[in-house]
Amino acid sequence: MSAAIDNIVNQPYTAGFKTDIETDSVARGLSEDVIRTISSKKNEPDWLLDFRLKAYRHWLTMTEPKWPNVSYPKIDFQDIIYYSAPKPKATKKSMDEVDPELLETFEKLGIPMNERAALAGVAVDVVFDSVSVTTTYKEKLAEFGIIFCSFSEAVRDHPDLIKRYLGSVVPYTDNFYSALNSAVFTDGSFCFIPKGVKCPMDLSTYFRINTQDSGQFERTLIVAEEGSQVSYLEGCTAPQFDTNQLHAAVVELIALDNADIKYSTVQNWYAGDKNGVGGIFNFVTKRGLCKGVNSKISWTQVETGSAVTWKYPSCVLLGDNSVGEFYSVALTNNMQQADTGTKMFHIGKNTRSRIISKGISAGKSNNSYRGLVKVSPKADGARNYSQCDSMLIGDLCGANTFPYIEVGNKSATVEHEASTSKIGEEQLFYFLSRGIDSEEAVSMIINGFVRDVFMHLPMEFAVEATKLLGLKLEGSVG
Amino acid sequence: MITKNAETILSVQGLSASINGAQILKGLDITVKAGEIHAIMGPNGSGKSTFSKVVAGHPSYSVDEGTIDFKGKNLTDLEPDERAKLGIFLGFQYPVEVPGVTNGSFLRLAYNTVQGARGKDELDPLEFDDFIQSKLNLLGMDASFLERSLNDGFSGGEKKRNEILQMAILEPTLAILDETDSGLDIDALRVVANGVNTLHGDSDAVVLVTHYQRLLNYIEPDFIHVVDGGRVIKTGDKSLAHELESRGYEWILEENSSSVS
Repeated sequence: MSAAIDNIVNQPYTAGFKTDIETDSVARGLSEDVIRTISSKKNEPDWLLDFRLKAYRHWLTMTEPKWPNVSYPKIDFQDIIYYSAPKPKATKKSMDEVDPELLETFEKLGIPMNERAALAGVAVDVVFDSVSVTTTYKEKLAEFGIIFCSFSEAVRDHPDLIKRYLGSVVPYTDNFYSALNSAVFTDGSFCFIPKGVKCPMDLSTYFRINTQDSGQFERTLIVAEEGSQVSYLEGCTAPQFDTNQLHAAVVELIALDNADIKYSTVQNWYAGDKNGVGGIFNFVTKRGLCKGVNSKISWTQVETGSAVTWKYPSCVLLGDNSVGEFYSVALTNNMQQADTGTKMFHIGKNTRSRIISKGISAGKSNNSYRGLVKVSPKADGARNYSQCDSMLIGDLCGANTFPYIEVGNKSATVEHEASTSKIGEEQLFYFLSRGIDSEEAVSMIINGFVRDVFMHLPMEFAVEATKLLGLKLEGSVG
Repeated sequence: MITKNAETILSVQGLSASINGAQILKGLDITVKAGEIHAIMGPNGSGKSTFSKVVAGHPSYSVDEGTIDFKGKNLTDLEPDERAKLGIFLGFQYPVEVPGVTNGSFLRLAYNTVQGARGKDELDPLEFDDFIQSKLNLLGMDASFLERSLNDGFSGGEKKRNEILQMAILEPTLAILDETDSGLDIDALRVVANGVNTLHGDSDAVVLVTHYQRLLNYIEPDFIHVVDGGRVIKTGDKSLAHELESRGYEWILEENSSSVS
């Protein structure tokens, strides 16, 4: 049966096809000229070009972080295509004018670009390589005063908001990849929920990397004003190439007084093949600022793809009584490596955070949880609860937990629990001896393991994520 | 209960089995007929627990020689889930804990899988709730058991009751209960024994694997087999249990070694 265990994890990657579409790309490599070219292609204002150039100059002084528990060949940053966009056939006014090739691509991926066919009223912004190709339900959302558009449009139509918030949570100086992103980011999504508005539908961005050797550097910025609420979903896939592509995104969330942001991700980038050839390097900086009192930011992530993942969605709990949450399922298989977790910075009084992390390792993969809980001296009454559970499938994979706890206030309460379990012969035999076959047994055990996290996903997403886990693990026991 | 012309449920002939190259069973024979209760006793390390796992199809053990027939069908090449679908049930000495999987959903999946294999209708969650209520009552278990994670944080007694609850819903033709009495206090032992007695009928058979005679005060066996060195060295009726209780295993072991030499 242990040969059976080796088997369950290897299921073909269904999103691995490439779309043949004419693209407008800049030449490989990175320089001030390339940045100027990208900026001028996007007709950007001078202040944004300045921001990019400052970030680039700062990036040149930085080195790649070496502390994650992952190893990969050195990235040649001069061998990456920093801008690649599908060539527009003509200026598009509505969905009917979107390139049929693109429509077909996203149809295949199950992403409705057509509002009539849209799934249960989710507004979608679709990003293909470097640019946003369409955003659905814009007009309907505008009736509520909600802005949901591509980042480029936001720069053009809402420059004041972008100027005020861009880089306010993740400054370009933050880390190597946020500096790189700030220099070369090409598109992404912008959401603005005005005072007192509860967003009537889930907002969603779907990212697709199509071009071989291109990087995807997008930015997402979500601002929830006083008393507003929004649930945002992010999905991603890429074709199967035998080279690695770099995905270095920056996501910034800002919640003002009493605002509530829920951010959910199902990450299904191509993970490389059995031997670790190809796949996405996913080096992403995600951070939310609970700026106002009683504000709340909740991250839920399901990480199943990428060759290497390096990602720590974090919360800065500045406002008194603000709440940060992190719910994560990270699945690694074959040669995948993940070093992921969260950071919770307690600054305001009576701030609370909750971390539930579930790591599943199969094949020869290596899965690490890395988390920081930091309570500043002024954070009276801060509370944190962390639970990190790891599950091993088979004998060749690894799981690690690196919790960092820094408490600077005596009144704080910080709890950390961790467990490691293994789907082994004894567990499977128990299910088998009740008539349940091994595939069903593994799926039941895994679904039980991730239940505490999946219950925080929006309904449709939870269904998708459950299917995805099943698919990723099919054949690893059998 | 011994009846004439009863169907043979389990026939094990000359069974030798090993784990990681170490031979544990060395030519074990046993025949169990419908309506009967058998007890397999023996000192620690005699191979009695191995016997129960091998019959259920545990993948770590390999059958080197001999046959295991269930109602005339050779089991040796069948996977454990196929054996379960045929009507073989193993009550575990150490039931595994599975956090996050609710007991109720596990029981329903097991029930529906086995029912499906018998060509019977599956039950939806509401129907299953009704069905399982009487079984819970039989074992003095509260419905809240169904909401808890499978065996997770269960006390020793709760785990064993949960095993018998599974036996109750799966209605096996052959139930092998491996050290079901270990770790039970006297009240729990009574409840579990009462459950087994209630569930046992003319058309099925029960094999109790136990180290102590205690359980046999509550479940009366028709046959007792003493196992040592991977073989049955003595078979008798229930009076043998009392003899074992007062004299221990030594005399049989000695008697056996002298008869061999």
